[in-house]
Amino acid sequence: MEEKALLKMEHIKKSFTDVGVLSDISLTVRKGEVVSIIGPSGSGKSTLLRCATLLTRMDDGELCYGDMQAVRSVDGKSVYASREELKKVRQYFGLVFQNFNLFPHYNVMKNITDAPVTVLGHSKEEACAKARELLGMLGLSDKGDAYPCELSGGQQQRVAIARALALEPKILFFDEPTSALDPELTGEVLSVIRKLASSHMTMVIVTHEMQFAREVSDRILFIENGLVVEEGTPDSIFASDNPRVRDFIGKIG
Amino acid sequence: MNTTFFQLLSGMVVSVEIFLLTLLFSLPLGLLVAFGRMSKNKILQTIVKIYIAIMRGTPLMLQLIVVYFAPFYIFGLKISQGYRFVAVIIAFSVNYAAYFAEIYRAGIESIHVGQYEAAQVLGYSKRQTFCRIIFPQVVKRILPPITNETITLVKDTSLAFVIAVAEMFTIAKQISAKQASVNALMVAGLFYFVFNYVVAYVMEFFEKKLSYYR
Repeated sequence: MEEKALLKMEHIKKSFTDVGVLSDISLTVRKGEVVSIIGPSGSGKSTLLRCATLLTRMDDGELCYGDMQAVRSVDGKSVYASREELKKVRQYFGLVFQNFNLFPHYNVMKNITDAPVTVLGHSKEEACAKARELLGMLGLSDKGDAYPCELSGGQQQRVAIARALALEPKILFFDEPTSALDPELTGEVLSVIRKLASSHMTMVIVTHEMQFAREVSDRILFIENGLVVEEGTPDSIFASDNPRVRDFIGKIG
Repeated sequence: MNTTFFQLLSGMVVSVEIFLLTLLFSLPLGLLVAFGRMSKNKILQTIVKIYIAIMRGTPLMLQLIVVYFAPFYIFGLKISQGYRFVAVIIAFSVNYAAYFAEIYRAGIESIHVGQYEAAQVLGYSKRQTFCRIIFPQVVKRILPPITNETITLVKDTSLAFVIAVAEMFTIAKQISAKQASVNALMVAGLFYFVFNYVVAYVMEFFEKKLSYYR
């Protein structure tokens, strides 16, 4: 049975950003799917993710989460939904940043519980219970009282993942989640993402970790110059005939 | 001797009042001015820029005189005795707000854009983002320059003598002239020094309190 589409991006166009352009990209992600986006620097991977998470305004295109239309295309221009609607849309997804972006003045517990309490109006007890559960799952049970500056990069990123999960998003985006980490710390973050994949969390991951993408993804998009060069299962991408894709994968290994 | 002491004491009280009231009004006002300075509205931004330029570019002593005499020269109002002190508070607050505004602005602009983005993705409103995420971090960063300004303010309160407000310096100068001795002025000097020592101590306490994170 075909699962329903949680995310639908159609003909996304974005020009003149410092990190890359999007020429015409479409992406559909179904429930339970793990999609990795790979490609060289400046190819538009992160811009695509930023458009999807409403951090960057797209020039043109359509963006839907479930039944909610966040962006419509009208006469070749993007039209965003009202502020109220976008607020609901934002509850649909979570995002894990390359640089974690934890709140340095809050301890781990507060980092995780503040949004559920402040934004969703959950009770403090409820939010704390949920946070403890997440910290346990991510191997950080003893770090609730620690401040981000007291944690390693890998621990910080796991807290950032817990913070995103605390809002129970239906889809979770990762923007190069291990690019700021050394190989050892990368491993601990990847194993957390693996764990989420095995629990059928819907995820879109921008990454340079080829072997990881191959192992964890249901589908891989190779993007270059703002276009999808190739899209398919990990095996088909890794066995691609496209010389550009072969070259890129060969170099990174 | 005794009257001299009580005169100095009453001047001291006035100086402390000027100091506290100026902080009370200029710290929040400075934040509003900073918002105006960072506003996307070009007209508002320009007005605020001009305001800051005037406040920083002319002597505070002159500003005191202008605020004090403005009701008479501009509106033809009779200046009441009580207005002296009010004029001092207005002039000081408006002047210090300009300096504080630039400190706030520096602090706010120093916060990494990732903090705003993280808050936005988590669903915080603009107001929640500023109050819960940005401002607490700004306070930590701007405490050292705020301490600087606060210490300058302690000494600047002596400028109120120019419109004959009976604060520490005004009184010390009067006594000194009457007694033909600098003793009263030395006492005033000691007062400002001790006052600032306390201010620095208190600010250091706040800095330490906020040093639990980087």
